[in-house]
Amino acid sequence: MNIALAKTDSGRAVSDTFAAARDRLPGVGKVAEVRRQAFAAYERLGLPHRRIEEWKYTDLRALMGEVKPLAPKPDTAALHRARTALQTHAVAGASKLVLVDGVFVSELSDAAGAGVSVRTLREVLENSGNEARADLLLTNTTDAMISLNAALATDGVVVGVADGATLTAPIQIVHVTTASSASAFTRSHLRIGKGARATLVESFVAAEGAGGYQVHDAVILWIGDAAEFSHVRLMADASDAVNITSEIVTVGAKAKLSLFNMTSGGAVSRLQGFFNLAGEGSELAVNGVNLLKGKQHGDTTLVIDHAVPHCLSREIFRAVVDDRAHSVFQGRIIVRPNAQKTDGKMMTRALLLSDEAEADNKPELEIFADDVTCGHGATAGALDDSLLFYLRARGLPEKEAQALLIQAFVGEAIEGIADDNLRELAMAQAERWLEARG
Amino acid sequence: MMPLLEVKNLQVRVEDREILHGLSLAVNAGEVHAIMGPNGSGKSTLSHVIAGKPGYEVTGGEVLFKGEDLLAMSPDERAAKGVFLAFQYPVEIPGVATMTFLRTALNAQRKARGESEFLTPAFLKKAYEVAARLNIPRDMLKRGVNVGFSGGEKKRNEILQMALFEPALCILDEMDSGLDIDALRIAADGVNALRSPDRAMVVITHYQRLLNYIVPDVVHVMSKGRVVKTGDKDLALELEASGYAQFEDAA
Repeated sequence: MNIALAKTDSGRAVSDTFAAARDRLPGVGKVAEVRRQAFAAYERLGLPHRRIEEWKYTDLRALMGEVKPLAPKPDTAALHRARTALQTHAVAGASKLVLVDGVFVSELSDAAGAGVSVRTLREVLENSGNEARADLLLTNTTDAMISLNAALATDGVVVGVADGATLTAPIQIVHVTTASSASAFTRSHLRIGKGARATLVESFVAAEGAGGYQVHDAVILWIGDAAEFSHVRLMADASDAVNITSEIVTVGAKAKLSLFNMTSGGAVSRLQGFFNLAGEGSELAVNGVNLLKGKQHGDTTLVIDHAVPHCLSREIFRAVVDDRAHSVFQGRIIVRPNAQKTDGKMMTRALLLSDEAEADNKPELEIFADDVTCGHGATAGALDDSLLFYLRARGLPEKEAQALLIQAFVGEAIEGIADDNLRELAMAQAERWLEARG
Repeated sequence: MMPLLEVKNLQVRVEDREILHGLSLAVNAGEVHAIMGPNGSGKSTLSHVIAGKPGYEVTGGEVLFKGEDLLAMSPDERAAKGVFLAFQYPVEIPGVATMTFLRTALNAQRKARGESEFLTPAFLKKAYEVAARLNIPRDMLKRGVNVGFSGGEKKRNEILQMALFEPALCILDEMDSGLDIDALRIAADGVNALRSPDRAMVVITHYQRLLNYIVPDVVHVMSKGRVVKTGDKDLALELEASGYAQFEDAA
């Protein structure tokens, strides 16, 4: 029941595979109709490839080939493996929401704290009393992978943080995959109330023995006026896994959003973020770190849309690329005609640790207003020999000297994480990567 | 007595050009040697080769440290053995806090020597003590290594490292460059405080001025990749009066 390439396979075969998956997909009536349309949209486009400008550097036809069949609903043995994986990846003090192989698992999750409501995507889609339920599968962004996600999402969490609520503990969404050679399609919605303050940490991990799987995730996020929200995303999927995530964000007036992403896992990954700064005076900071080795391919693609005046956006991206790995950063800043006094800056730097490592940096500014401050910078290079020699002359062996410089290099992006505990977790993930490098 | 540092007939090339053409000198523990010479005479090359900087090809001769072949060691092994080069131009390392750097470096050296790691409280106490003596404010130690430091502060940071690492051999490469007279005096006082019967220093300088503050036991004059004259501290004064031209001919 592989969902194969629309372009190469006959349309009928692809439709059959979607039909085969449909009995696993929650929602009937209008929800099912939206799924059908989303799948039709995907079918028209097929897997993105290099002639699609937005996917130029991440040709999924070449890198991924096919969409794997949906993972089976996790059984007792799978849940046991997921529980073991959780023990090493749970963030102390966080309120956990656990998705295993694309299914929310309440017995592994924590109860929602004060000021937070949690439902599963499945229960919302299946509740025929909820007239707006089909809207959860719609976005105003068109992209083949977002459409495919809408068509095949099996579950996710629908989280609300009440107006004015200040959460003392972070919410943690953990995506655990126990299946091999299968796909998990998840979609989560978070609505952060006006003036609320909250932190979300999202972890992508493999259970022992899981490999060759695909994670297809979407996060739809609304940040209310004057809210402050921090999203830390730590992607450490299996080294032969695929992770394609779309994050679609709307930021209200005078709100502050900071997103941090670290990618150290996955054979092929892409985080595509679409940020709509829809209310005046909002501030957005997006920091990212790619740590790639072997033949890993990691892509971070960000589109920041300054739709209204007086908003600020900052992007700091660092890639460390070893062996024959390939890092991609695409950052587009759009400033709409009325978005005067926009302040947007983006800086991306890549550190190439081998002659065969590759980094593509593609900053784009589309500015339609005349009173704005926007800038971008991009660099790629090797470790500075003069710094390495200085450290070695002070007694640091070569690998340790490199590790210290690499930590400093990614530290500039990691420093943006306000929560001490999460910042240390991100640093620890970087240190593990450096240690594994040997 | 075996010299602490023995350079014998050292020949060094950079790319296709020979810079040192058979340089020899010996430095005993407890001594301070000055190496003087005009620009391009090979002074800095000598310091770089002793510290193990890549890019230099040794085509002949040897460098012995405590009788061991220094050239066979990696730069970090040399540091752990007790060789310290105070850089003419200390580099800036953004994102690496000075204190973290100092502790990591000291513990890497101790580990290489099979010694136990310095525990943080003991290390901090010592670092703050030495820093205070060198007039280095504490907040400087929290900043990135040399980031935003003045020329004088960078040189003092080098001396701070010397004081913490307690090397047997200190090579000071043009320590006076870019320093005003007050900064020079503070730096020189820091160096003088480290003079000890177990330690040797090689002070590389273009000008005699520094040697008013760090008084050498032996002065070598280098020209065109060789030591052309060796004498006591009065040789430096003589050079100040008559210049290097006489030696250029001799070389």
